[in-house]
Amino acid sequence: MDYSQFLLMPQEMGLLLVFLLVFLYDTFLPQKMQKALPVFTATVFAIYTALSFIPVAAGEAFGGMFVQDPSTWVMKGILNIGTLLVLLQAIEWTNSDFVSVRRGEFYELILLTLFGMFLMISGRHFLLFVIGLETASLPLAALAAFEKNHYESHEAAAKYVFTAVFSSAVLLLGISFVYGLTGTLYFGDIAYYLVGEKSALLIAAVAFVIAGVGFKLSLVPFHLWTADVYRGAPTAVTSYLSVISKGAAAFAFLVILVQVFGAVYTSVWEWMLYVVIAITITVGNLFAIRQRNLKRFLAFSSISQAGYIMLGIIGANTMGMTAMMFYVLVYIFSNLAAFGVIAAIERKTGKVTTDDYNGLFKTNPWLSFTMMLAMFSLGGIPPFAGFFSKFFIFVGAAHQGSVAIYVLVFIALINTIISLYYYLLVVKAMFIRQDECAIPAFKSAWSERVGMALCVLGIMFIGLLSCIYTGLSQISEGVQTLFATLS
Amino acid sequence: MIFSNILIYFVIVPLLTLGGLALCSNKGVKAVRAVAVTGASVLVMLAIYLVAYFLQARAAGDTSEMLLQSKVTWYAPLNIELALGIDGVSVVMILLSAFIVFAGVFASWKMDPLPKQFFLWFFLLSTGVFGFFISIDLFTMFMFYEVALIPMYLLIGVWGSGDKNYSAMKLTLMLMGGSALLMLGIIGIYFHSSPEGQPLTMNILEIAQNNAIPHEWQYYLFPLTFVGFGILGAMFPFHTWSPDGHASAPTAVSMLHAGVLMKLGGYGCFRIAIYLMPFAATEIGWIFLTLTGISIVYGAFSACVQTDLKYINAYSSVSHCGMVLFAILMFNQTAMTGAVLQMLSHGLMTALFFALIGMIYGRTHTRDIREMGGLMQIMPYLGVGYVIAGLASLGLPGLSGFAAEMTIFFGSFEHTDTFRRVLTIVATTSIVITAVYILRVVGKLLFGAVQNEHHKELTDAVWFERLSTVTLILGVAAIGCFPNFFAEIIRYSFDPVVEALKAVGM
Repeated sequence: MDYSQFLLMPQEMGLLLVFLLVFLYDTFLPQKMQKALPVFTATVFAIYTALSFIPVAAGEAFGGMFVQDPSTWVMKGILNIGTLLVLLQAIEWTNSDFVSVRRGEFYELILLTLFGMFLMISGRHFLLFVIGLETASLPLAALAAFEKNHYESHEAAAKYVFTAVFSSAVLLLGISFVYGLTGTLYFGDIAYYLVGEKSALLIAAVAFVIAGVGFKLSLVPFHLWTADVYRGAPTAVTSYLSVISKGAAAFAFLVILVQVFGAVYTSVWEWMLYVVIAITITVGNLFAIRQRNLKRFLAFSSISQAGYIMLGIIGANTMGMTAMMFYVLVYIFSNLAAFGVIAAIERKTGKVTTDDYNGLFKTNPWLSFTMMLAMFSLGGIPPFAGFFSKFFIFVGAAHQGSVAIYVLVFIALINTIISLYYYLLVVKAMFIRQDECAIPAFKSAWSERVGMALCVLGIMFIGLLSCIYTGLSQISEGVQTLFATLS
Repeated sequence: MIFSNILIYFVIVPLLTLGGLALCSNKGVKAVRAVAVTGASVLVMLAIYLVAYFLQARAAGDTSEMLLQSKVTWYAPLNIELALGIDGVSVVMILLSAFIVFAGVFASWKMDPLPKQFFLWFFLLSTGVFGFFISIDLFTMFMFYEVALIPMYLLIGVWGSGDKNYSAMKLTLMLMGGSALLMLGIIGIYFHSSPEGQPLTMNILEIAQNNAIPHEWQYYLFPLTFVGFGILGAMFPFHTWSPDGHASAPTAVSMLHAGVLMKLGGYGCFRIAIYLMPFAATEIGWIFLTLTGISIVYGAFSACVQTDLKYINAYSSVSHCGMVLFAILMFNQTAMTGAVLQMLSHGLMTALFFALIGMIYGRTHTRDIREMGGLMQIMPYLGVGYVIAGLASLGLPGLSGFAAEMTIFFGSFEHTDTFRRVLTIVATTSIVITAVYILRVVGKLLFGAVQNEHHKELTDAVWFERLSTVTLILGVAAIGCFPNFFAEIIRYSFDPVVEALKAVGM
């Protein structure tokens, strides 16, 4: 075996190294040093994240099963940034009473799932893809059940594990259909054999694959688990689920749809995705309006955000791909800012409903400010990053050019207004409503503050600094091979 | 280098003011005022300098469409630029905005609670307004447009009065709905901005020059952009946010919103919708012309039956802003010049109205005209100010309204077809209706019997209130006495639009 192939996967190897260090620290160092484990992990991971942005050589490993190119490199980089923010926000929680005994497991499982997601993104063979998907899914069920003295946490884990397994089954069925049609599991080869294919089996295969990955992304109608799992799981896990897991699934989805099924774009999956996007955005939004629990609220908001992310795929062009990566990056910062505030307040007071936030600005101006920026960014208000990402994703979709796509963009735009309504409800609670018994002023932990400050900086400047989008655009232009078989 | 262009400072100064305000402590209201006044004064000086510069450049024979152009590439992959440039219309709009921001700062001198946060949002709003007028790139223009909209939510929600939650949400959602239409329109324009095979562009001048938007697309894109901006211009039937929003907003916000923000609508309609899509404008412009005609008359009639001072003024704004859009849709030089004069006139006059109403409300704690009377004896200064604003509104020669409306109706009547002439005649009736509602309020509020004995102890305006109103009254009189000065500035600005319209057979 040629071991130099491992040199093509520096990000994966680096991640495993971080995992190993955390594992050794957790296992062998004495009890009194364990309290520093979260900070240790965050530090090592921060160094790793910085290093992971060193450009890597493009190439194939393991006979083409694994591909490293600039696009996979930057996608993993984006996920690393998000994970770092999650780890920062989790430090305080993992040192709390009931969790501290198992804090090592939390970090190890998170790092492992991230490794799985990397395989999903880089895999160019369905076998490796499914291994990555499973590695990314199953530990998350354990994480959802992490607060084992809360029954809601159990419920969340059970729901998550059932849907994960079910969606995997559906996905595998789809893949087996594909194998039946083409006799291969390599992405490139499948694409080659699918040119001109029109059979009903193919339509079923694509539908099953979309359903399988759609569960991970919580696209409607595969979204039913989302709200309960988000509410029940510990907030750190919820934030990880809602941004990293979703981002990775979106990236993998792009590769599968464009590269594997590129040949049947117009004939098979364009309209399927069209319908799914339209209902995802709308249903997510309409359900979000009625939520009072902020975690459920963000669950539905993230469902509709997933719909927006898919708008970058439906155009099947490099502009859409750029916009999608940019959108995920901005979404990570905006959503984590919101979850950062929720986590800090929940840890101090245990309160998570919108009404609890009444009058928050009077008592905790900085938390309110962060939350407001997060809401504005999610709602697409300039000059915050969310505005730019929304605009670009619409441009990316409309680039495809048909009138039908313009109609879809219009639906999405109308939904932006609906979403603005419920995002403003949170702002209203904090700034406009008054409450005698508002959450009292408190000092959040330094790690939480660093995490939120990073998010705020991201929200403010990712959009204004055009170099990030330009860089992503160059990368997408550089991977034209992805779109080779598109028709 | 873009920083050598004076235009960029219209965005930088409000941003610096924002920074300065952020550094102020939460307690010290004095420092906050000082920073706000400095910022607003610098803006006024910049604006006056800009007018002088512009006149000089035109006098020196520079007839190019946009002066002071400069651009920096922002998002290279999409060809988005930070492109600046001004013509006569933008110059007068910038002047107007600077004056209203200045007056607004003094009108909110005693802002309570949270003065610092109030001025933060206030200057964020002004950043958006100025940025909008100096941009000639669709994307940046749209971005600044939205920057100007969202602070309204908190400004009304936190500092407003009455049913403020409802009004703030209604206003924000309706205006954002408009900007959703607009965004779709802009994306559509962008993808058809250049002939096949050439790089796409967001620059308005280039798009107009390419003139490449296919006619069948114009049928969709024109209504999208026109209605998008028209919502902000309070076009019937999308005007309903305006009365509620204005009634609940705090004084300075009403001033800035009615005075400047609604002008963004008219400006955008002409600069983007009509200029870039002249074909559709001539083909289906009549639909919107009818709607604006309804706005004018309907707004005026509604103002007649209201009893809340702010509602009266808000409906009168619907009528007057309708006239702006009406004149723009007449597609000739005279009427369009009238439209800009009307924007100026309405901006100053409405700001004056709202400032006075705010001051009266601050004293009497009611805005219902049935509960007030004889205020002229009690607060003569405010009373006289109100009469001047009222006379300007009903078109007394020598004040701004007359010059603007005369120009508009002359321009509209230039058309020989029956449809436009009938509409013009209908619109002209609004002058009479305006006189009815203005005189009704003046008679009842200022000269009637004193309704409430407690009102007799009220005081007249104090220095910062006088400063605020005098600024605006001077503006109103200046336009009324020297309309030619302003018409001169605007002169060449409509040539490209009118030519584009002629080219498609208007």
